[in-house]
Amino acid sequence: MSRRRPHAEPDPYTFGSRPYDLVKEFVIALVAVVVLTVVLAAAFSSPDVKPMTIAAWANNDPGDFTTTALAELDGSSTTAGYGPPYNSAAAGQQLGPLHIARMAGVTHPIDTVDAFVMKPLDSVPQNPEVTAAISTWKAASDEQQGTWTGSYSTALGKAGGDPTKVAAGGYGPVPLMLAQLLNQAQAGSLEGQLMSENGFYHSDYTLPLMFLADGSDLAAEAQTQHLAGTQWGMMNEVNNFPGQPWLAPYTFWYQISPYKTSGNGDALVWGTMGVVGAVLVLLPFIPGLRSVPRVIPVYRLIWRDHYRRQKQAAEV
Amino acid sequence: MTDLIEETTHPEPMPDPEPAGGWTGALRRRIFEAMPPEQLLPDTQPSYVASWIYVFGVLSLTAFLTVVGTGTVLAVKGATWWHVSGTGHFVNSLHLWSVELFMTFMSVHLIAKFFMAAWRGKRALTWITGVIALGASAFTALTGYLIQQNFDSQWIATQAKDGLNSIGVGAYFNTMDFGQMLIWHVALLPLVVAVVVALHILLVRRRGVVPPLALRDAASSSGLPASGLPDSGLPDSAEEVEA
Repeated sequence: MSRRRPHAEPDPYTFGSRPYDLVKEFVIALVAVVVLTVVLAAAFSSPDVKPMTIAAWANNDPGDFTTTALAELDGSSTTAGYGPPYNSAAAGQQLGPLHIARMAGVTHPIDTVDAFVMKPLDSVPQNPEVTAAISTWKAASDEQQGTWTGSYSTALGKAGGDPTKVAAGGYGPVPLMLAQLLNQAQAGSLEGQLMSENGFYHSDYTLPLMFLADGSDLAAEAQTQHLAGTQWGMMNEVNNFPGQPWLAPYTFWYQISPYKTSGNGDALVWGTMGVVGAVLVLLPFIPGLRSVPRVIPVYRLIWRDHYRRQKQAAEV
Repeated sequence: MTDLIEETTHPEPMPDPEPAGGWTGALRRRIFEAMPPEQLLPDTQPSYVASWIYVFGVLSLTAFLTVVGTGTVLAVKGATWWHVSGTGHFVNSLHLWSVELFMTFMSVHLIAKFFMAAWRGKRALTWITGVIALGASAFTALTGYLIQQNFDSQWIATQAKDGLNSIGVGAYFNTMDFGQMLIWHVALLPLVVAVVVALHILLVRRRGVVPPLALRDAASSSGLPASGLPDSGLPDSAEEVEA
């Protein structure tokens, strides 16, 4: 078993050469790709399903909107309990011993009570009844607020999520506040109010998107459009358009355990993809793996003309 | 006169003249040494480059230019143009399909280069830049989906954030911030891809196309030297690779 000596790098042209017009090849390829692109675009177009608005959500499913708004108010929504980078309600996911999310910190703070309920209500002139309800809420202790939201949550559940069917009870100002928030949402003003919390110029849709995502309708529509995580998620596109199939090596992990069941699933997937990516980048330096192409004879097909000439020359 | 003759006959040793052109000249000489024009734009190529699979390199490059061209039109007209204009929608379709072609061509190109063990012979950096180009392009495409301003971008933004947040990236890269994603998509990431692709192409031109793997089994079974044609001279299992 002898160790092979390093090989000198041969000049590729010692294998013989043939005329080659690089610029001509480039121009022909460019024309071909442009023509193919035009044909595909003309034949298949591109999808453009309109975004889901908060107004549409509130009008189509006022029960889900109210349930979500109540969850923002009592701190039980997904956003309220998310953790970094939005709040400190949870530690965030961890990768082995590393709490990377927590180390990165809370960089986009969201207080769901303030951001999704109180500020929108405060941002417009309200009738005296609503103004009084808001004042009552603000003046109440945390414990009292918790009692009101807890009672209303139970009653709303019994009413099948329909706020119009909730039995009378000791819910304090909560029903009136949420009804007014629903009015603002149905009128189409809530989106603008959420956006304007960031100032005059608006380009950050974090608040309206987080609010929408806390509800059920966005995910239900995604399920209909086969975009849910269990359906290989965001690599798909609406209808039957190709989406991002190159993300398949990423979304694949979400389809199997332990990734799809672990509370740290996202971090595990990214950790795995980090390892896969590093292996791919450093493949030339990894013994064994870098020799795989030698074992799989695809190269014989690619260079079949070269090997044929080699064989003919050897026979001569 | 005698002095002159003596001077001519026995000249004093002269110091080496300074290289012409200072730093600029030195840089020019370095560039031309590393990449002579005939190597940058060759009019011949090795005879073993004779398979349709080699076309996917230039197809990837031309598809990338098509992506940049159609994307530039969309950028000039503004983010909402394609939602309100038939022409804009068609340009968006061109952009979408050129991206699909670009990613397909690049993936086939990478897979083919894997089966050629194309990192042999000091071509490891060529391989590495190719893989990085694919990864950067996938990330660029993701930001493109995020700035579509439709249902798809809403859903992808709210889903992609969880993965990025889990590893701390979301603290600085907010998929739901349309303004931030727009800048990443039309400026930062295309610049990264363009630089990496340019480096990749220069490396390909400098190192040349990787020679074929040697058919050692055929040569040993016949008891003959490989052939009258030279062997690849490169290790089959790619032991010697250098970046």
